[in-house]
Amino acid sequence: MDDILAKTLAEKILTNKSGGSRKTGEIAIASVDLAFVQDTTGPLTIREFKQAGFKQLANPAKTVLFLDHAAPSPNWQLSNDHIFMRQFAGETGCILSDVGEGVCHQVVAEKLARPGDIIVGADSHTVTAGGLGAFATGMGSSDIAVAFALGKTWFRVPESIMVQLSGCFQKGVYAKDLILHLIGKIGADGATYKALEFGGEGIPQLPVTDRLTIANMAIEAGAKVGLFPSDELTRLYLEECGREADYTPLSADEGANYQSSVNIDLNTLEPTLSRPHAVDNTATARELDGLEVDQVVIGTCTNGRLEDMQIAAGILQGRKRHKRTRLIVAPASPFVFQQAVKMGYIDTLISSGAMIIPPGCGPCLGLHQGALGDDEVCLSTANRNFKGRMGNPRAFIYLASPATAAATAVTGKITDPREVL
Amino acid sequence: MLKGKAFKFGDNISTDHIVPGRLAHLRSNLPELARHVLEDADPEFASKVEPGDFVVGGSNFGLGSSREHAPLVIKMAGVSAVLVKSVARIFFRNAINRGLPVLICDTDRINDGDRLEVDMVEGRINNLTSGINIDFKPIPAFMLNILNEGGLMNYITRHGDFKV
Ligand code: SF4
Repeated sequence: MDDILAKTLAEKILTNKSGGSRKTGEIAIASVDLAFVQDTTGPLTIREFKQAGFKQLANPAKTVLFLDHAAPSPNWQLSNDHIFMRQFAGETGCILSDVGEGVCHQVVAEKLARPGDIIVGADSHTVTAGGLGAFATGMGSSDIAVAFALGKTWFRVPESIMVQLSGCFQKGVYAKDLILHLIGKIGADGATYKALEFGGEGIPQLPVTDRLTIANMAIEAGAKVGLFPSDELTRLYLEECGREADYTPLSADEGANYQSSVNIDLNTLEPTLSRPHAVDNTATARELDGLEVDQVVIGTCTNGRLEDMQIAAGILQGRKRHKRTRLIVAPASPFVFQQAVKMGYIDTLISSGAMIIPPGCGPCLGLHQGALGDDEVCLSTANRNFKGRMGNPRAFIYLASPATAAATAVTGKITDPREVL
Repeated sequence: MLKGKAFKFGDNISTDHIVPGRLAHLRSNLPELARHVLEDADPEFASKVEPGDFVVGGSNFGLGSSREHAPLVIKMAGVSAVLVKSVARIFFRNAINRGLPVLICDTDRINDGDRLEVDMVEGRINNLTSGINIDFKPIPAFMLNILNEGGLMNYITRHGDFKV
Protein backbone atom coordinates (compact mmCIF):
# COMPACT_ATOMS: atom_id res chain seq x y z
CA MET A 1 0.00 0.00 0.00
CA ASP A 2 1.06 3.53 -0.80
CA ASP A 3 2.59 5.04 2.34
CA ILE A 4 0.63 8.23 1.88
CA LEU A 5 -2.61 6.29 2.17
CA ALA A 6 -1.45 3.85 4.82
CA LYS A 7 -3.27 4.59 8.05
CA THR A 8 -2.77 3.96 11.72
CA LEU A 9 -5.74 2.44 13.55
CA ALA A 10 -6.63 5.87 14.93
CA GLU A 11 -6.57 7.48 11.48
CA LYS A 12 -8.52 4.60 10.01
CA ILE A 13 -11.38 4.71 12.49
CA LEU A 14 -11.64 8.50 12.44
CA THR A 15 -11.64 8.42 8.64
CA ASN A 16 -14.44 5.86 8.59
CA LYS A 17 -16.53 7.84 11.04
CA SER A 18 -16.06 11.33 9.68
CA GLY A 19 -16.75 10.77 6.01
CA GLY A 20 -13.41 11.72 4.55
CA SER A 21 -9.77 10.77 4.72
CA ARG A 22 -8.26 12.02 7.96
CA LYS A 23 -4.60 12.36 8.79
CA THR A 24 -2.79 13.26 11.97
CA GLY A 25 -3.33 16.83 13.09
CA GLU A 26 -6.60 17.37 11.24
CA ILE A 27 -9.92 18.05 12.93
CA ALA A 28 -12.48 15.29 12.43
CA ILE A 29 -16.17 15.72 13.19
CA ALA A 30 -17.01 12.10 13.88
CA SER A 31 -20.30 10.30 14.40
CA VAL A 32 -20.57 8.68 17.81
CA ASP A 33 -21.62 5.03 18.11
CA LEU A 34 -22.00 4.99 21.88
CA ALA A 35 -22.07 7.76 24.48
CA PHE A 36 -22.32 7.27 28.21
CA VAL A 37 -22.00 8.87 31.62
CA GLN A 38 -21.73 7.54 35.13
CA ASP A 39 -23.24 8.73 38.38
CA THR A 40 -20.52 11.22 39.33
CA THR A 41 -20.41 12.92 35.90
CA GLY A 42 -23.96 12.23 34.68
CA PRO A 43 -25.92 14.81 36.69
CA LEU A 44 -23.79 17.68 35.34
CA THR A 45 -24.13 16.27 31.80
CA ILE A 46 -27.91 16.15 32.12
CA ARG A 47 -28.07 19.68 33.54
CA GLU A 48 -25.97 21.00 30.64
CA PHE A 49 -28.09 19.10 28.13
CA LYS A 50 -31.30 20.55 29.54
CA GLN A 51 -29.96 24.05 29.99
CA ALA A 52 -28.94 24.18 26.34
CA GLY A 53 -32.57 23.46 25.51
CA PHE A 54 -32.06 19.94 24.17
CA LYS A 55 -34.98 17.57 24.62
CA GLN A 56 -34.14 14.52 22.54
CA LEU A 57 -31.18 12.22 22.33
CA ALA A 58 -29.64 11.63 18.92
CA ASN A 59 -29.57 7.91 19.60
CA PRO A 60 -31.37 6.72 22.77
CA ALA A 61 -30.50 3.06 22.15
CA LYS A 62 -26.80 3.99 22.16
CA THR A 63 -26.90 6.34 25.12
CA VAL A 64 -26.28 4.82 28.52
CA LEU A 65 -26.45 6.14 32.08
CA PHE A 66 -24.44 3.99 34.51
CA LEU A 67 -25.01 4.07 38.26
CA ASP A 68 -21.79 2.36 39.30
CA HIS A 69 -19.50 4.70 41.22
CA ALA A 70 -21.75 4.97 44.25
CA ALA A 71 -23.42 1.59 44.03
CA PRO A 72 -25.29 1.17 46.27
CA SER A 73 -25.34 4.79 47.30
CA PRO A 74 -23.66 5.69 50.61
CA ASN A 75 -25.62 8.91 51.22
CA TRP A 76 -28.77 10.85 50.36
CA GLN A 77 -27.03 13.32 48.06
CA LEU A 78 -25.80 10.60 45.74
CA SER A 79 -29.15 8.79 46.04
CA ASN A 80 -30.78 11.99 44.79
CA ASP A 81 -28.33 12.10 41.88
CA HIS A 82 -29.42 8.54 41.09
CA ILE A 83 -33.09 9.58 41.13
CA PHE A 84 -32.27 12.47 38.79
CA MET A 85 -30.53 10.12 36.36
CA ARG A 86 -33.31 7.52 36.46
CA GLN A 87 -35.81 10.27 35.66
CA PHE A 88 -33.76 11.39 32.67
CA ALA A 89 -33.61 7.82 31.41
CA GLY A 90 -37.40 7.64 31.73
CA GLU A 91 -37.87 10.93 29.86
CA THR A 92 -35.51 10.18 26.99
CA GLY A 93 -35.73 6.41 26.58
CA CYS A 94 -31.99 5.83 26.91
CA ILE A 95 -30.48 2.79 28.61
CA LEU A 96 -30.15 2.82 32.39
CA SER A 97 -27.60 0.50 33.95
CA ASP A 98 -28.72 0.70 37.55
CA VAL A 99 -26.96 0.13 40.86
CA GLY A 100 -25.51 -3.37 41.00
CA GLU A 101 -25.37 -3.84 37.24
CA GLY A 102 -21.63 -3.35 37.05
CA VAL A 103 -18.78 -0.92 36.33
CA CYS A 104 -19.46 1.03 33.14
CA HIS A 105 -16.32 -0.05 31.27
CA GLN A 106 -16.86 -3.72 31.99
CA VAL A 107 -20.48 -3.56 30.87
CA VAL A 108 -19.48 -1.63 27.74
CA ALA A 109 -16.96 -4.38 26.91
CA GLU A 110 -19.40 -7.21 27.58
CA LYS A 111 -22.47 -5.79 25.90
CA LEU A 112 -21.86 -2.77 23.73
CA ALA A 113 -18.43 -2.00 22.26
CA ARG A 114 -17.66 -3.09 18.71
CA PRO A 115 -14.39 -2.94 16.79
CA GLY A 116 -14.19 0.32 14.84
CA ASP A 117 -16.77 2.13 16.98
CA ILE A 118 -16.35 5.66 18.26
CA ILE A 119 -17.20 5.57 21.96
CA VAL A 120 -17.21 8.62 24.21
CA GLY A 121 -17.85 8.49 27.93
CA ALA A 122 -17.79 10.98 30.76
CA ASP A 123 -15.20 8.85 32.48
CA SER A 124 -11.49 8.86 31.74
CA HIS A 125 -11.23 5.07 31.62
CA THR A 126 -13.55 4.91 28.62
CA VAL A 127 -10.31 4.01 26.83
CA THR A 128 -10.87 0.44 28.09
CA ALA A 129 -12.91 -0.45 24.99
CA GLY A 130 -9.78 0.13 22.91
CA GLY A 131 -9.04 -3.47 23.89
CA LEU A 132 -11.79 -4.42 21.44
CA GLY A 133 -10.54 -2.10 18.70
CA ALA A 134 -12.93 0.76 19.46
CA PHE A 135 -11.75 4.37 19.33
CA ALA A 136 -12.95 5.00 22.87
CA THR A 137 -12.06 8.02 24.92
CA GLY A 138 -13.06 9.99 28.00
CA MET A 139 -14.44 13.50 27.94
CA GLY A 140 -16.14 15.87 30.32
CA SER A 141 -19.81 16.45 30.94
CA SER A 142 -20.30 19.27 28.38
CA ASP A 143 -18.73 17.25 25.57
CA ILE A 144 -20.92 14.27 26.39
CA ALA A 145 -24.04 16.47 26.63
CA VAL A 146 -23.33 17.57 23.05
CA ALA A 147 -22.64 13.98 21.93
CA PHE A 148 -25.95 12.94 23.52
CA ALA A 149 -27.80 15.67 21.61
CA LEU A 150 -26.04 15.69 18.24
CA GLY A 151 -24.66 12.16 17.98
CA LYS A 152 -21.26 13.52 17.06
CA THR A 153 -18.18 15.12 18.50
CA TRP A 154 -14.90 16.62 17.37
CA PHE A 155 -11.40 15.17 17.54
CA ARG A 156 -8.00 16.28 16.49
CA VAL A 157 -6.60 13.16 14.82
CA PRO A 158 -3.84 12.07 17.18
CA GLU A 159 -0.30 11.02 16.41
CA SER A 160 0.22 7.36 17.26
CA ILE A 161 2.91 5.61 19.26
CA MET A 162 3.41 1.96 18.34
CA VAL A 163 3.99 -0.36 21.30
CA GLN A 164 5.55 -3.45 19.80
CA LEU A 165 5.10 -6.56 21.95
CA SER A 166 7.24 -9.66 21.57
CA GLY A 167 7.81 -12.84 23.57
CA CYS A 168 5.41 -14.18 26.17
CA PHE A 169 4.74 -13.64 29.87
CA GLN A 170 6.74 -15.66 32.38
CA LYS A 171 4.94 -17.37 35.24
CA GLY A 172 3.49 -14.86 37.72
CA VAL A 173 3.60 -11.97 35.24
CA TYR A 174 0.43 -10.54 33.72
CA ALA A 175 -1.03 -7.83 31.51
CA LYS A 176 -1.17 -5.49 34.51
CA ASP A 177 2.57 -5.79 34.99
CA LEU A 178 3.07 -4.95 31.33
CA ILE A 179 1.02 -1.77 31.42
CA LEU A 180 2.53 -0.61 34.73
CA HIS A 181 5.97 -1.25 33.28
CA LEU A 182 5.10 0.71 30.13
CA ILE A 183 3.80 3.69 32.10
CA GLY A 184 6.90 3.63 34.31
CA LYS A 185 9.00 3.64 31.17
CA ILE A 186 7.30 6.43 29.19
CA GLY A 187 5.93 8.42 32.14
CA ALA A 188 2.49 9.64 33.21
CA ASP A 189 2.55 12.15 30.35
CA GLY A 190 4.55 9.98 27.94
CA ALA A 191 1.63 9.64 25.54
CA THR A 192 -0.29 12.83 26.28
CA TYR A 193 -2.75 13.53 23.55
CA LYS A 194 -1.47 10.59 21.46
CA ALA A 195 -2.91 7.23 20.51
CA LEU A 196 -1.09 4.25 22.00
CA GLU A 197 -1.41 1.46 19.44
CA PHE A 198 -0.37 -2.05 20.35
CA GLY A 199 1.11 -4.45 17.82
CA GLY A 200 3.71 -7.11 17.24
CA GLU A 201 3.93 -10.86 17.56
CA GLY A 202 2.82 -10.74 21.21
CA ILE A 203 -0.71 -9.69 20.23
CA PRO A 204 -2.13 -13.10 19.18
CA GLN A 205 -1.27 -14.39 22.66
CA LEU A 206 -3.10 -11.68 24.50
CA PRO A 207 -6.74 -12.53 25.18
CA VAL A 208 -9.19 -9.64 25.08
CA THR A 209 -9.45 -9.54 28.88
CA ASP A 210 -5.72 -8.72 28.98
CA ARG A 211 -6.14 -6.15 26.25
CA LEU A 212 -8.90 -4.47 28.25
CA THR A 213 -6.61 -4.21 31.28
CA ILE A 214 -3.89 -2.66 29.15
CA ALA A 215 -6.14 -0.28 27.20
CA ASN A 216 -7.82 0.74 30.48
CA MET A 217 -4.57 2.29 31.71
CA ALA A 218 -3.57 4.06 28.47
CA ILE A 219 -4.96 7.22 30.06
CA GLU A 220 -2.42 6.87 32.89
CA ALA A 221 0.25 7.67 30.30
CA GLY A 222 -1.92 10.58 29.14
CA ALA A 223 -3.08 8.83 25.95
CA LYS A 224 -6.27 9.72 24.17
CA VAL A 225 -6.87 6.09 23.21
CA GLY A 226 -5.20 2.72 23.73
CA LEU A 227 -5.93 0.68 20.61
CA PHE A 228 -5.63 -3.00 19.84
CA PRO A 229 -6.32 -4.57 16.45
CA SER A 230 -9.45 -6.70 16.19
CA ASP A 231 -8.60 -10.31 15.40
CA GLU A 232 -9.62 -13.91 16.01
CA LEU A 233 -9.35 -13.42 19.80
CA THR A 234 -11.68 -10.45 19.52
CA ARG A 235 -14.15 -12.63 17.67
CA LEU A 236 -13.90 -15.29 20.36
CA TYR A 237 -14.52 -12.77 23.12
CA LEU A 238 -17.55 -11.31 21.37
CA GLU A 239 -18.85 -14.82 20.80
CA GLU A 240 -18.50 -15.59 24.52
CA CYS A 241 -20.47 -12.41 25.19
CA GLY A 242 -23.19 -13.68 22.84
CA ARG A 243 -22.62 -11.09 20.14
CA GLU A 244 -20.40 -12.59 17.49
CA ALA A 245 -22.26 -10.55 14.87
CA ASP A 246 -20.55 -7.43 16.25
CA TYR A 247 -17.16 -8.71 15.10
CA THR A 248 -15.23 -7.09 12.27
CA PRO A 249 -11.51 -7.56 11.74
CA LEU A 250 -9.54 -4.35 11.94
CA SER A 251 -5.87 -3.48 11.89
CA ALA A 252 -3.54 -0.64 11.05
CA ASP A 253 -2.22 -0.53 7.50
CA GLU A 254 1.21 -1.76 6.73
CA GLY A 255 3.50 1.24 6.36
CA ALA A 256 1.37 3.52 8.53
CA ASN A 257 3.23 6.42 10.04
CA TYR A 258 3.97 6.24 13.77
CA GLN A 259 5.48 9.12 15.65
CA SER A 260 7.63 6.76 17.68
CA SER A 261 7.73 3.18 18.85
CA VAL A 262 8.44 1.32 22.07
CA ASN A 263 9.52 -2.31 22.14
CA ILE A 264 8.64 -4.55 25.04
CA ASP A 265 9.83 -8.13 25.36
CA LEU A 266 7.24 -9.83 27.56
CA ASN A 267 9.81 -12.42 28.65
CA THR A 268 11.78 -9.79 30.52
CA LEU A 269 8.90 -8.38 32.57
CA GLU A 270 8.60 -8.90 36.31
CA PRO A 271 5.69 -8.41 38.71
CA THR A 272 5.52 -4.62 38.86
CA LEU A 273 3.83 -2.08 41.15
CA SER A 274 3.13 1.65 41.18
CA ARG A 275 4.15 3.38 44.38
CA PRO A 276 2.40 6.36 45.99
CA HIS A 277 1.31 8.87 44.68
CA ALA A 278 1.94 8.43 40.95
CA VAL A 279 1.23 5.63 38.51
CA ASP A 280 4.60 6.08 36.78
CA ASN A 281 6.44 5.69 40.09
CA THR A 282 6.99 2.01 39.43
CA ALA A 283 9.13 -0.67 41.09
CA THR A 284 9.26 -4.45 40.92
CA ALA A 285 7.62 -6.60 43.59
CA ARG A 286 11.09 -7.85 44.54
CA GLU A 287 12.23 -4.30 45.27
CA LEU A 288 9.24 -3.63 47.52
CA ASP A 289 9.14 -7.04 49.15
CA GLY A 290 8.20 -6.96 52.83
CA LEU A 291 6.36 -3.64 52.97
CA GLU A 292 3.37 -4.05 55.31
CA VAL A 293 -0.11 -3.60 53.87
CA ASP A 294 -3.37 -2.84 55.72
CA GLN A 295 -5.84 -3.42 52.91
CA VAL A 296 -5.85 -5.31 49.62
CA VAL A 297 -8.47 -4.56 46.96
CA ILE A 298 -9.12 -6.86 44.02
CA GLY A 299 -11.55 -5.49 41.46
CA THR A 300 -12.30 -2.29 39.46
CA CYS A 301 -12.52 -1.73 35.72
CA THR A 302 -8.84 -2.62 35.43
CA ASN A 303 -8.83 -6.03 37.12
CA GLY A 304 -12.29 -7.07 38.22
CA ARG A 305 -12.86 -9.68 35.52
CA LEU A 306 -13.40 -13.42 35.80
CA GLU A 307 -9.76 -14.19 34.95
CA ASP A 308 -8.69 -11.89 37.80
CA MET A 309 -10.97 -13.71 40.25
CA GLN A 310 -9.53 -16.99 38.98
CA ILE A 311 -5.93 -15.86 39.51
CA ALA A 312 -6.69 -14.55 43.00
CA ALA A 313 -8.61 -17.68 43.97
CA GLY A 314 -5.79 -19.84 42.62
CA ILE A 315 -3.35 -18.22 45.03
CA LEU A 316 -5.73 -17.98 47.99
CA GLN A 317 -6.95 -21.58 47.66
CA GLY A 318 -6.27 -23.30 51.00
CA ARG A 319 -4.68 -20.17 52.44
CA LYS A 320 -5.91 -17.41 54.73
CA ARG A 321 -5.43 -13.69 54.47
CA HIS A 322 -2.96 -12.30 56.99
CA LYS A 323 -4.81 -11.09 60.08
CA ARG A 324 -3.42 -7.58 59.68
CA THR A 325 -4.68 -7.26 56.12
CA ARG A 326 -8.28 -6.68 55.07
CA LEU A 327 -9.16 -8.22 51.72
CA ILE A 328 -11.91 -6.64 49.62
CA VAL A 329 -13.04 -8.25 46.37
CA ALA A 330 -15.38 -6.49 43.92
CA PRO A 331 -16.37 -8.33 40.74
CA ALA A 332 -16.73 -5.75 37.96
CA SER A 333 -20.11 -6.97 36.72
CA PRO A 334 -22.95 -9.29 37.74
CA PHE A 335 -21.87 -11.57 34.89
CA VAL A 336 -18.37 -11.82 36.35
CA PHE A 337 -19.84 -12.32 39.84
CA GLN A 338 -22.16 -15.10 38.74
CA GLN A 339 -19.47 -16.91 36.76
CA ALA A 340 -17.08 -16.59 39.69
CA VAL A 341 -19.70 -18.15 41.95
CA LYS A 342 -20.29 -21.00 39.49
CA MET A 343 -16.58 -21.66 39.17
CA GLY A 344 -16.15 -21.75 42.94
CA TYR A 345 -13.76 -18.78 43.04
CA ILE A 346 -16.01 -16.78 45.35
CA ASP A 347 -16.24 -19.68 47.80
CA THR A 348 -12.46 -19.93 47.83
CA LEU A 349 -12.08 -16.19 48.34
CA ILE A 350 -14.57 -16.09 51.21
CA SER A 351 -12.88 -19.09 52.86
CA SER A 352 -9.59 -17.21 52.70
CA GLY A 353 -11.10 -14.29 54.60
CA ALA A 354 -12.13 -11.99 51.74
CA MET A 355 -15.23 -9.82 51.89
CA ILE A 356 -17.11 -9.63 48.62
CA ILE A 357 -18.76 -6.32 47.77
CA PRO A 358 -21.33 -5.63 45.03
CA PRO A 359 -20.36 -5.17 41.38
CA GLY A 360 -19.35 -1.54 40.98
CA CYS A 361 -16.39 0.77 41.49
CA GLY A 362 -16.15 -0.14 45.17
CA PRO A 363 -13.36 1.65 47.06
CA CYS A 364 -11.53 2.75 43.90
CA LEU A 365 -12.34 6.45 44.06
CA GLY A 366 -12.71 6.94 47.78
CA LEU A 367 -16.47 7.27 47.95
CA HIS A 368 -17.25 4.37 50.25
CA GLN A 369 -16.66 0.69 50.95
CA GLY A 370 -13.03 0.75 51.98
CA ALA A 371 -11.88 4.34 52.48
CA LEU A 372 -8.44 4.36 54.08
CA GLY A 373 -7.41 5.65 57.50
CA ASP A 374 -4.46 7.93 58.20
CA ASP A 375 -1.10 6.43 57.22
CA GLU A 376 -2.73 3.22 56.03
CA VAL A 377 -1.24 1.35 53.12
CA CYS A 378 -3.43 -0.21 50.47
CA LEU A 379 -2.48 -2.47 47.60
CA SER A 380 -5.12 -2.30 44.89
CA THR A 381 -5.60 -3.75 41.43
CA ALA A 382 -7.06 -0.41 40.30
CA ASN A 383 -5.48 2.05 37.92
CA ARG A 384 -4.84 5.15 40.03
CA ASN A 385 -2.93 5.84 43.22
CA PHE A 386 -3.11 9.61 43.36
CA LYS A 387 -2.98 11.32 46.71
CA GLY A 388 -6.46 11.26 48.21
CA ARG A 389 -7.75 8.78 45.68
CA MET A 390 -9.14 6.28 48.17
CA GLY A 391 -10.76 8.82 50.42
CA ASN A 392 -7.79 10.07 52.40
CA PRO A 393 -4.84 12.24 51.31
CA ARG A 394 -2.88 10.83 54.29
CA ALA A 395 -3.01 7.25 53.01
CA PHE A 396 -0.73 5.39 50.60
CA ILE A 397 -1.82 3.35 47.57
CA TYR A 398 0.18 0.78 45.62
CA LEU A 399 -1.11 -0.67 42.34
CA ALA A 400 -0.44 -4.22 41.19
CA SER A 401 -1.80 -7.31 39.43
CA PRO A 402 -4.41 -9.58 41.05
CA ALA A 403 -1.66 -12.17 41.61
CA THR A 404 0.54 -9.73 43.50
CA ALA A 405 -2.54 -8.56 45.40
CA ALA A 406 -3.51 -12.10 46.43
CA ALA A 407 0.04 -13.01 47.44
CA THR A 408 0.23 -9.82 49.49
CA ALA A 409 -3.07 -10.59 51.22
CA VAL A 410 -1.62 -13.94 52.34
CA THR A 411 1.59 -12.58 53.83
CA GLY A 412 0.35 -9.12 54.87
CA LYS A 413 3.36 -7.61 53.12
CA ILE A 414 4.08 -6.81 49.50
CA THR A 415 5.00 -10.17 48.03
CA ASP A 416 6.21 -11.29 44.63
CA PRO A 417 3.50 -13.76 43.50
CA ARG A 418 6.16 -16.12 42.17
CA GLU A 419 6.98 -16.93 45.79
CA VAL A 420 3.55 -18.45 46.37
CA LEU A 421 2.66 -19.83 42.94
CA MET B 1 -6.21 41.88 29.86
CA LEU B 2 -6.31 39.44 32.78
CA LYS B 3 -4.74 40.57 36.03
CA GLY B 4 -4.08 38.89 39.35
CA LYS B 5 -1.77 37.05 41.68
CA ALA B 6 -0.07 33.71 41.02
CA PHE B 7 -0.80 30.64 43.16
CA LYS B 8 1.98 28.23 42.41
CA PHE B 9 1.55 24.45 42.44
CA GLY B 10 3.94 21.66 41.50
CA ASP B 11 3.94 18.99 38.79
CA ASN B 12 1.23 16.37 38.34
CA ILE B 13 -1.64 18.14 40.08
CA SER B 14 -4.39 15.59 39.51
CA THR B 15 -8.15 16.03 39.39
CA ASP B 16 -8.14 14.24 42.77
CA HIS B 17 -6.12 17.16 44.20
CA ILE B 18 -8.63 19.58 42.69
CA VAL B 19 -11.94 17.85 43.55
CA PRO B 20 -11.41 14.51 45.28
CA GLY B 21 -13.81 11.60 44.78
CA ARG B 22 -14.68 11.59 48.47
CA LEU B 23 -16.63 14.80 47.79
CA ALA B 24 -18.71 13.26 44.99
CA HIS B 25 -21.84 13.81 47.09
CA LEU B 26 -21.35 17.57 46.65
CA ARG B 27 -21.27 17.52 42.87
CA SER B 28 -24.90 18.59 42.60
CA ASN B 29 -24.21 21.38 45.10
CA LEU B 30 -21.55 23.34 43.22
CA PRO B 31 -21.18 26.32 45.59
CA GLU B 32 -20.40 23.90 48.43
CA LEU B 33 -18.06 21.82 46.22
CA ALA B 34 -16.21 24.96 45.14
CA ARG B 35 -15.28 25.67 48.76
CA HIS B 36 -12.96 22.66 48.54
CA VAL B 37 -11.19 23.63 45.32
CA LEU B 38 -7.61 22.28 45.20
CA GLU B 39 -7.98 21.23 48.83
CA ASP B 40 -5.61 18.26 48.65
CA ALA B 41 -2.86 20.37 47.07
CA ASP B 42 -3.26 23.46 49.30
CA PRO B 43 -5.96 23.38 52.00
CA GLU B 44 -5.92 27.18 52.24
CA PHE B 45 -6.19 27.98 48.55
CA ALA B 46 -9.98 28.43 48.57
CA SER B 47 -9.83 31.01 51.35
CA LYS B 48 -6.91 32.95 49.85
CA VAL B 49 -7.78 33.14 46.14
CA GLU B 50 -9.32 36.35 44.81
CA PRO B 51 -11.15 37.07 41.56
CA GLY B 52 -8.72 37.41 38.68
CA ASP B 53 -5.95 35.32 40.27
CA PHE B 54 -4.05 32.61 38.41
CA VAL B 55 -3.47 28.96 39.15
CA VAL B 56 0.11 28.25 38.08
CA GLY B 57 1.12 24.60 37.73
CA GLY B 58 4.02 22.54 36.47
CA SER B 59 3.85 19.69 34.00
CA ASN B 60 0.87 17.39 33.35
CA PHE B 61 -1.59 19.59 35.19
CA GLY B 62 -5.08 18.11 35.60
CA LEU B 63 -4.18 14.50 34.96
CA GLY B 64 -6.68 11.84 35.92
CA SER B 65 -10.42 11.85 35.86
CA SER B 66 -12.77 13.31 33.26
CA ARG B 67 -14.64 15.24 35.97
CA GLU B 68 -15.43 18.61 34.47
CA HIS B 69 -16.04 19.76 38.03
CA ALA B 70 -12.26 20.28 38.25
CA PRO B 71 -11.98 23.29 35.88
CA LEU B 72 -15.49 24.30 36.91
CA VAL B 73 -14.61 24.86 40.58
CA ILE B 74 -11.35 26.58 39.60
CA LYS B 75 -13.39 28.96 37.48
CA MET B 76 -15.97 29.40 40.23
CA ALA B 77 -13.17 30.47 42.56
CA GLY B 78 -12.67 33.45 40.26
CA VAL B 79 -9.45 32.21 38.66
CA SER B 80 -8.99 33.95 35.30
CA ALA B 81 -6.57 31.46 33.72
CA VAL B 82 -4.52 28.36 34.46
CA LEU B 83 -0.83 28.67 33.51
CA VAL B 84 1.10 25.43 33.15
CA LYS B 85 4.11 23.82 31.53
CA SER B 86 1.90 21.07 30.13
CA VAL B 87 -1.67 19.93 30.61
CA ALA B 88 -3.52 16.60 30.54
CA ARG B 89 -5.79 16.19 27.54
CA ILE B 90 -9.20 15.88 29.19
CA PHE B 91 -8.60 18.71 31.66
CA PHE B 92 -7.54 20.96 28.77
CA ARG B 93 -10.66 20.19 26.78
CA ASN B 94 -12.90 20.57 29.84
CA ALA B 95 -11.37 23.90 30.84
CA ILE B 96 -11.86 25.36 27.36
CA ASN B 97 -15.41 23.97 27.33
CA ARG B 98 -15.99 25.89 30.55
CA GLY B 99 -14.48 29.11 29.18
CA LEU B 100 -11.39 28.86 31.41
CA PRO B 101 -8.17 29.58 29.47
CA VAL B 102 -5.28 27.14 29.96
CA LEU B 103 -2.03 28.72 28.81
CA ILE B 104 1.06 26.65 28.17
CA CYS B 105 4.22 28.50 29.08
CA ASP B 106 7.45 28.35 31.08
CA THR B 107 6.04 28.55 34.60
CA ASP B 108 9.51 28.25 36.17
CA ARG B 109 9.69 31.97 35.65
CA ILE B 110 6.70 32.60 37.89
CA ASN B 111 6.92 32.48 41.69
CA ASP B 112 4.14 32.04 44.19
CA GLY B 113 2.57 35.42 44.89
CA ASP B 114 3.90 37.17 41.74
CA ARG B 115 1.54 39.70 40.21
CA LEU B 116 0.78 38.86 36.59
CA GLU B 117 -0.91 40.46 33.65
CA VAL B 118 -1.97 38.26 30.73
CA ASP B 119 -2.56 39.65 27.26
CA MET B 120 -4.68 37.02 25.51
CA VAL B 121 -4.42 38.75 22.14
CA GLU B 122 -0.66 39.23 22.11
CA GLY B 123 -0.06 35.83 23.71
CA ARG B 124 2.10 37.28 26.43
CA ILE B 125 2.31 37.15 30.21
CA ASN B 126 3.89 40.13 31.96
CA ASN B 127 5.30 39.20 35.32
CA LEU B 128 4.83 42.54 37.04
CA THR B 129 6.78 41.41 40.11
CA SER B 130 9.93 40.32 38.28
CA GLY B 131 9.54 42.42 35.15
CA ILE B 132 9.93 39.33 32.92
CA ASN B 133 7.75 38.74 29.86
CA ILE B 134 6.75 35.16 29.14
CA ASP B 135 5.19 33.96 25.87
CA PHE B 136 2.55 31.27 25.84
CA LYS B 137 1.69 28.78 23.12
CA PRO B 138 -1.31 29.78 21.04
CA ILE B 139 -4.47 27.82 21.85
CA PRO B 140 -5.37 25.61 18.84
CA ALA B 141 -7.77 27.47 16.51
CA PHE B 142 -10.69 25.06 16.92
CA MET B 143 -10.54 25.32 20.71
CA LEU B 144 -10.00 29.07 20.65
CA ASN B 145 -13.36 29.44 18.85
CA ILE B 146 -15.03 27.51 21.66
CA LEU B 147 -13.22 29.56 24.31
CA ASN B 148 -14.13 32.84 22.63
CA GLU B 149 -17.80 31.87 22.68
CA GLY B 150 -17.54 31.39 26.45
CA GLY B 151 -17.45 27.60 26.35
CA LEU B 152 -18.90 24.63 24.50
CA MET B 153 -22.56 24.91 25.45
CA ASN B 154 -22.69 28.57 24.35
CA TYR B 155 -20.86 27.65 21.16
CA ILE B 156 -23.30 24.86 20.33
CA THR B 157 -26.44 26.81 21.21
CA ARG B 158 -25.20 29.63 18.99
CA HIS B 159 -24.14 27.54 15.99
CA GLY B 160 -26.31 24.45 16.41
CA ASP B 161 -23.37 22.29 15.33
CA PHE B 162 -19.58 22.16 15.08
CA LYS B 163 -18.11 24.32 12.37
CA VAL B 164 -14.70 23.54 10.93
S1 SF4 C 1 -13.48 1.22 38.92
FE1 SF4 C 1 -12.33 3.04 39.50
S2 SF4 C 1 -11.25 3.70 37.68
FE2 SF4 C 1 -12.84 2.25 37.04
S3 SF4 C 1 -14.60 3.51 36.49
FE3 SF4 C 1 -14.83 2.97 38.64
S4 SF4 C 1 -13.87 4.64 39.80
FE4 SF4 C 1 -13.18 4.80 37.68
